[in-house]
Amino acid sequence: MKFAVISFPGSNCDYDMYYAIKDILKEPVEMVSCDTESLDGFDAVLIPGGFSYGDYLRSGAIAKFAKVMPALIKFANLGKPVLGVCNGFQILTEVGLLPGSLQNNRDMQFISEYEPLIVQNNKTIFTNEYEKAESIMIPIAHGEGNYYCNETELESLKQNHQIIFTYENNPNGSVSNIAGITNKNGNVMGMMPHPERAVEKILGSEDGVRLFTSILKSFKGGILVE
Amino acid sequence: MSNAEISPQEIKDRKIYQEWGLTDYEYNLISQKLLQRLPNYTETGLYSGMWSEHCSYKNSKEVLKKFWTDGSRVLQGPGEGAGVLDIGDNQAVVFKAESHNHPSFVEPFEGAATGVGGIIRDIFSMGAKPIASLDSLRFGELSNPKNKYLLEKVVSGIAHYGNCIGVPTVGGEIAFDESYDGNPLVNVMCVGLMNQDNLESGLAQGNGNSIIYVGAKTGRDGINGATFASSQFSNDEDADRSAVQVGDPFMEKLLVDACLEIINGHSNALVGIQDMGACGIVSSSAEMASKANSGIHINLDLVPQREPEMTPYEIMLSESQERMLLCVKKGKEQEVIDVFKKYNLDAVTIGNVSDDGQYVLTQKGKKVCDIPTKTLVDDVPRYHHESKRPARLDNITKNEITVKDPTDTMLKLLSAPTIASKHSIYRQYDTRVQANTAVAPGSDAAIVRIRHTNKSLAMTTDCNARYIYLDPYVGGQIAISEAARNIVASGATPIGITDCLNFGNPDNAESFYELDQSIQGISEACKMFDTPVISGNVSLYNETDNKAIYPTPMIGMVGLVEDNNHITTQAFKHSDDLVYVVGNTYDDYSGSELQKLLNQKIEGKIEHFNLDVESKNQKLVHQAIIKGLVSSAHDISEGGLGIALAESCFENNLGFAGMLNLNANQLFSETQSRFVISISADNQDAFEELMGSNAKFIGKVTDDDSFNLKLLDNQINTKLSVLKSAWEDSLECLMK
Repeated sequence: MKFAVISFPGSNCDYDMYYAIKDILKEPVEMVSCDTESLDGFDAVLIPGGFSYGDYLRSGAIAKFAKVMPALIKFANLGKPVLGVCNGFQILTEVGLLPGSLQNNRDMQFISEYEPLIVQNNKTIFTNEYEKAESIMIPIAHGEGNYYCNETELESLKQNHQIIFTYENNPNGSVSNIAGITNKNGNVMGMMPHPERAVEKILGSEDGVRLFTSILKSFKGGILVE
Repeated sequence: MSNAEISPQEIKDRKIYQEWGLTDYEYNLISQKLLQRLPNYTETGLYSGMWSEHCSYKNSKEVLKKFWTDGSRVLQGPGEGAGVLDIGDNQAVVFKAESHNHPSFVEPFEGAATGVGGIIRDIFSMGAKPIASLDSLRFGELSNPKNKYLLEKVVSGIAHYGNCIGVPTVGGEIAFDESYDGNPLVNVMCVGLMNQDNLESGLAQGNGNSIIYVGAKTGRDGINGATFASSQFSNDEDADRSAVQVGDPFMEKLLVDACLEIINGHSNALVGIQDMGACGIVSSSAEMASKANSGIHINLDLVPQREPEMTPYEIMLSESQERMLLCVKKGKEQEVIDVFKKYNLDAVTIGNVSDDGQYVLTQKGKKVCDIPTKTLVDDVPRYHHESKRPARLDNITKNEITVKDPTDTMLKLLSAPTIASKHSIYRQYDTRVQANTAVAPGSDAAIVRIRHTNKSLAMTTDCNARYIYLDPYVGGQIAISEAARNIVASGATPIGITDCLNFGNPDNAESFYELDQSIQGISEACKMFDTPVISGNVSLYNETDNKAIYPTPMIGMVGLVEDNNHITTQAFKHSDDLVYVVGNTYDDYSGSELQKLLNQKIEGKIEHFNLDVESKNQKLVHQAIIKGLVSSAHDISEGGLGIALAESCFENNLGFAGMLNLNANQLFSETQSRFVISISADNQDAFEELMGSNAKFIGKVTDDDSFNLKLLDNQINTKLSVLKSAWEDSLECLMK
């Protein structure tokens, strides 16, 4: 299974993601510039965290206009897996692949912590290796991770089981404790916590590994998405 | 002030050079001996910057020579952008610390942010990838609202820059004391990792080779900031606001990536590379040329400028951030410029290396400066300062101390801001970006693993300035010892240090004595622990309205973990583990947190410290860890054994029950060279055999919410959660 990690100017978790795939999942992975206009040949696309374009204007607002975006949207519309983490999640909401938006944290400060998350839906291509309602430890590191969507959108997220991860202690004020969601189709996921930083015991947790093995397993075995 | 029309004669007659910090002696030396003519406006400005303490170390070089800088691991000692140590496997660790005290007082957010940016540039200019940063901060007491403001803004400035650029802030320390009122300290350290083949230096040589300017455009910010940093403050601080620069971490991220790409992939084109730090273009270019006995010719019209009508003085002395200077082989310019283009960065050839040794600047076809390069860098006078032992060191009063209620004292010490949890601060720092952080802030030292090896680097910043105030020589030894204790407790071997020497005005003989003595103490201890001084920074003139800070030589130490199984933290791990104290406890209250709390005075003599004992205890603890006998290890420092025990309980919410052969005062004594160690009962025999009489059994880890300690004259029986909330909540409450 071939992964692409899209690197924007200012991405700073691109290599963390790259190594999670290469060293831990041990699958082929390539760093792809955001100036690339085609994602042909890849089986999954990962949008890493960081401060693309310095987060100037608004997180993800400038990345939205990167040359790779039409190819990314096409890739997502083909039903192939796209995962955006942190700034990647912000970018996915900016381009409209995911509903809602990420606002300043409730207390207006950057927060870097290991946070317990609850797996709300384990019947996805990203979470099938977890147990439902399982608590996992994944670090967060963001200033704008406060997920917001309106009532109608929230109702729709719930109806379609699109809420994948929630925070146990809601550190940033997100609506319904939301830490990660998918699109309706279930192939595009955005999450603020960093699974790629929780892939080895020495880093404090290995709970992020199963997110990547889930993607691989679904690719190989055709897992049903609820 | 920016008037290039002022004639050389006027500069002399009106003594305009004095406004820029040059003395009559220095001006005469330049005009009569070095140039044998009067320097023009631009030239005078260049000398004022380059001859400032910040750039030239003219006041401190005499004593800096006393530092021990040898050692088998040293690949690059002081004198380059940063020091470099061999860590095996053809890899090297690069590190340096820098102070940004003055800018951070005037504009705390940008002052702190640009401090981080500057030190990161020093690291990657050596060819290393920046992998971690740490800080060391000092503020006045938080009862003063100004200090709350400074703390809040400094922390958010560090967070802003470090988080955005993607270098994890993995550790640091903060202490509070009245002496930093009006003169906070903001010291930042950066650590980088490199392949030894990529080692670069700041060198401009080879007649005709090109000087390439890279990064942000030059503006009128921070002009002559080095001179600003080399003078004292007055309460009239607002006049200095224009001397603070503004940082752009996004630009610097691009700069790091692009420069490392050049160093990794185009080293055949590159002759030298240096950060434009203090004194901007002039210091980087003059230092690079002077090291190679070269001259340099720069056409100022080619320098990318942010504002119109900038004078040569402004262009050369601007401290605009995120700029680098490269020396590139003739004919290879485009290859290098193309790499920067890819990152959307300005990269322009602004001049070339010459073999005439002259530093020549032209603007609009006119020569505006033509002086020997060496005179800017190597001909700076070295000052010998008078040193006088402060009277306070000899008029020592016997300090009495009485702890009446040890539980109450414990709670008060735990909530003292210097001891209290710094969680509310470090949670604002991205501590895990780059996915290598094995031990994040909150233990004795931070640990960053080296990817694709089984090794790690341990790092810490430390300095108890009160001890140095009470005894500069022994205090200096203690600063190194305590840093080494932190490194050892985390499972590593100390391998080297960097420093930021924050002192008062060196013209004051007592301040100079403190500087000189503490350097000697530091050096002595560095030899003992085999930790050479490989880089550092001097910040003198830390005075406001003639009141000096405590002498604060901040130590940044790095250690090597040879096997990741050795990584150890301070937190107790399992209930029923046995708890020991390594090292003897005496009545040491001088300069202690207890003295500050109960007597509100810092006074007395520093006693009982012995480097041999320190070294022996560290070696024993290190061996115990290597042998796999240790569950947790914690250095005993501020607040003494009582606080160290409580801190060991907090992270995993494990209790403690024990008995001490000490009285209530001694529970908080700050005798050096001690550790709290916990071990599994299975290891008892092996541990006791190794440690002999150097470790005393004092109790057990428990799994309940209790902290029970029997003392010779008293006892503590309290809930752990009560202690923990005093420690955890204090700083946030004080900041409200």
